Amino acid sequence: MPLIDIRDLSVSIPTPDGDVHAVRSVSLEIERGEIHGVIGESGCGKTMTGMAVLGLVPKGARITAERFHFDGEDLREKAQSLRGRHIGLISQDPAAALNPVLSIARQMDDVIRAHRDLPRKARRAEAASLLAATGLPDPERVLKSYPHQLSGGMQQRVVIAQALATGADFLIADEPTTALDVSVGAQVLALLRRLVAERGLTVLMITHDMDVIAEACDRATVLYAGRSVETGPVEAVLNRPGHPYTRALLAALPDAAPHGARLAAIEGSIPPPRSAIAGCAFAPRCPQAMPVCAAEPPPERVRGTHRWLCHLPEDAA
Amino acid sequence: MELLRYILRRMILSAFVVVGVTFLVFIVAQVVPSDPAALYAGPRPTAEQIEKARQELNLDAPLPARFATFAGAMASGDFGISYKSRRLIAEDLRAYLPATLELAVFSTGLALLIGIPLGVVAAARQGRWPDRLGSLGSIAAVAMPTFFLAMLLQLVFAQWLGILPLSGRLSREISIAAPLPVVTNFAMIDALLAGRLDAFVDAVKHLILPALTLASYPAGVAMRLTRSAMIEILERRHVVAARALGLSEPRILFGHALPNAMGPALTVIGLSFAYALTGAVLVEIIFAWPGLGRYVSEAILAKDFPVIAAVTMVVTICYVAMNLLIDIAQALVDPRVALS
Repeated sequence: MPLIDIRDLSVSIPTPDGDVHAVRSVSLEIERGEIHGVIGESGCGKTMTGMAVLGLVPKGARITAERFHFDGEDLREKAQSLRGRHIGLISQDPAAALNPVLSIARQMDDVIRAHRDLPRKARRAEAASLLAATGLPDPERVLKSYPHQLSGGMQQRVVIAQALATGADFLIADEPTTALDVSVGAQVLALLRRLVAERGLTVLMITHDMDVIAEACDRATVLYAGRSVETGPVEAVLNRPGHPYTRALLAALPDAAPHGARLAAIEGSIPPPRSAIAGCAFAPRCPQAMPVCAAEPPPERVRGTHRWLCHLPEDAA
Repeated sequence: MELLRYILRRMILSAFVVVGVTFLVFIVAQVVPSDPAALYAGPRPTAEQIEKARQELNLDAPLPARFATFAGAMASGDFGISYKSRRLIAEDLRAYLPATLELAVFSTGLALLIGIPLGVVAAARQGRWPDRLGSLGSIAAVAMPTFFLAMLLQLVFAQWLGILPLSGRLSREISIAAPLPVVTNFAMIDALLAGRLDAFVDAVKHLILPALTLASYPAGVAMRLTRSAMIEILERRHVVAARALGLSEPRILFGHALPNAMGPALTVIGLSFAYALTGAVLVEIIFAWPGLGRYVSEAILAKDFPVIAAVTMVVTICYVAMNLLIDIAQALVDPRVALS
């Protein structure tokens, strides 16, 4: 049984101008011990999927799903109690995720205290050892600091240490490297890989960056317009992508373009989140679109554990 | 280190403010269209009497010399004598200032303790009944005239329920039958120094209604400001992150969001403290509270300038000190303040 088992999840947020379909139909299976990347453009529903797992969707949002399970428990009922105990969050922008007016010691201590009944000194020692586990060189000094006194990479390590402090074994990492420069981002990814190996964690990695998928993930799911359109082992998704959208994403990578040539871009933009979509959401932008694409929902293509939704026959991929 | 430098900087600035006000008070005393010598000489003075008073008050000396004398006297706490009562102003202040400070400190504390938690709860329950009720209450608290609230409180707590005294600082059973030895003139402190628990309780009881009356306005404003600041902070990512980390809701509200949202409320509380020092005349009259407000308003009507100057100086110093405390509190709550 996968740790995360989501089948046909949708999240819609009622607004005066009609419902916003933040997530239309996402299916996601995450096995224990893997780093599972979820990739897509802004507005494709990747962050909202993570927030739904945490039970932190906006007020009034409606969640429907055929299955929405964490370790066999229904997240619709249990998200509140699982959050922070079994499910942790590593936020996008570490500078914003840390409270600017509280010392790191206070912020670490609050998390440890919320989950474990330890005396003060033991909590302090635990905080220091968690910070050390994230590769921070001088934990005592970091504990005495305020967020604005730390660099972005250090802040992100503190955020990771906080997530570890909850004792959660499943972490949702929402664009953990976006706010960092490339080399620091690579260090943070290496750290996450190490923690997964050492502590048996499972990570849902939300990103818009194919390099992050290639560098850190075991499996990946591609989202487009609130739907999961492709999922599989990273090698398969990167090397033999099934969905035309995944191919377009890969072609848009700077490395894919010959030196000196113009970078490829995906023409058009994602469908507005309020509209209804009859067929394949990518059809209007797809270079290989056929008349059937806009009219009917695409069937599932399967190649081992690699699956995608497309009207094109499997061998065309 | 940053904090110490910050505090030092604020202290130097405060000193400048005090010196500036001293100068201003002196200048104003020179330009008011009333002759201090004539006032000092008493009713219907003769020309000789006025001339004598002029010499006695040293009014013929050149301006800079008089400023030096004035500033020196202020600095040493020698406020001179009242033109009207011929009493030493310093003596008067020793009696009136503690009463006023008691009231100002207590009402400010009450405003903080009532306004800020209510603002937090209203923000947490935004749009639901605790918020509606709190908002209604804060509007009432701000809008209700002081004298009306004072009389309402007297009616309910003194007249109907009879659990709190109507007015005054101490009951007659204490002030006349068994008076406290006067040490600081703070009734509560004197009671404690004398080891008189009965007098202490009595002093606190007398303080409740006037302090509540004075606290009403700043509490209402602090509640509104805290509410709006909290609503903004609760949207921030670090609050979402704190939720995701499994922190309890009260911990998030009071331990994480509130320290980010206290700035505006603290500022208003500081201003209302200054107001309570001399602006509380109505409250002092209704509750027969022997405070600075009444003292100075009588002096103003009598053009008793030394008293006005002395009260201005004392109030300035109290206010500057309070502001300094608030600045330090802000810097303690938010370490980034010391950096700016």
